[in-house]
Amino acid sequence: MNHISVVRARLDRGTADEIRTRPAVSSDLAALIALDEEVTGIAKRKYWKEAFARYGARRRLPRFFLIAEQNGRIEGFTIGEVRAWEFGEPPCGWVFAIQVRPGSRLNGVGTRLFEALCNEFRKAGVKRVRTMMARDNHLVLSFFRSQGMMAGPFIELESALD
Amino acid sequence: MKLQKASAFAIYAVLELAANPLRQLAGIDIAREYGISAHHLAKVLRDLGRAGIVEAVRGVGGGYRLSVNPKRLTLLDVIQVFEPVGPQNDTTEDPELATDAGQALRMVLDELDDHALATFQSITISTMLKLMARRPWAGSARVSKQGPRAASRH
Repeated sequence: MNHISVVRARLDRGTADEIRTRPAVSSDLAALIALDEEVTGIAKRKYWKEAFARYGARRRLPRFFLIAEQNGRIEGFTIGEVRAWEFGEPPCGWVFAIQVRPGSRLNGVGTRLFEALCNEFRKAGVKRVRTMMARDNHLVLSFFRSQGMMAGPFIELESALD
Repeated sequence: MKLQKASAFAIYAVLELAANPLRQLAGIDIAREYGISAHHLAKVLRDLGRAGIVEAVRGVGGGYRLSVNPKRLTLLDVIQVFEPVGPQNDTTEDPELATDAGQALRMVLDELDDHALATFQSITISTMLKLMARRPWAGSARVSKQGPRAASRH
């Protein structure tokens, strides 16, 4: 199975190079940690090593850790997995992380990552993709809306444990 | 939930202008397309102009055009020109609002308002145009009555 998809980005600004998506490999970890730190302001080395071990290379379960690179630099990543019979629902793909370098946004990187992840979900045989995020995360919420995602059949509820 | 007519008319107008970025559209033409009051739409377009969302182009072939990027313009930006969205600070002094029942009801209504706010804030005009092109409601039992702009559009 060829995990590398090469797509030509719609470039609103900048270079004419291609955005490539591929599975993350262990040698990407340092760049991924640096990218996450650039976005969140917090270096989470242990977290990302564990995330890579869980979702990255040598996976047998339908888990996906994809990166997007352009001009030889990692510009974003996404993580997702197929979860079965959660809340009584048939297997579906869950996106639970997507991040694009701030200076590279609006270049189609996020869209390419989302499309690549959806393709992996399709190959895994699922017909639906889901995600969940904070209501006040307008940027990412708008991104997923722009990809055609709408409210699903669930309502998230929570309570403080006194 | 329902929007005020002015908010809905404003969204229709903005969508129409965003779908036709290379030409100016007259309010009366938009009103005719949607079967809505041209007089009411003219007032809505003036309000949108004052809010900096559309601009009037005078002269032959004049009309309105969008003056902001539709990828950045959200439904909330448009609706808030005409009505408040989201939890409101209730300044009334109705005594029942201070009761436990009143406070509990307020909490539930605020939860609904929070969801409405997040939804309107996350959907841009560009996303609405994509939604119209996809037409996911086709075949759905919840499709509303067909107006002048029947299903063939976009």
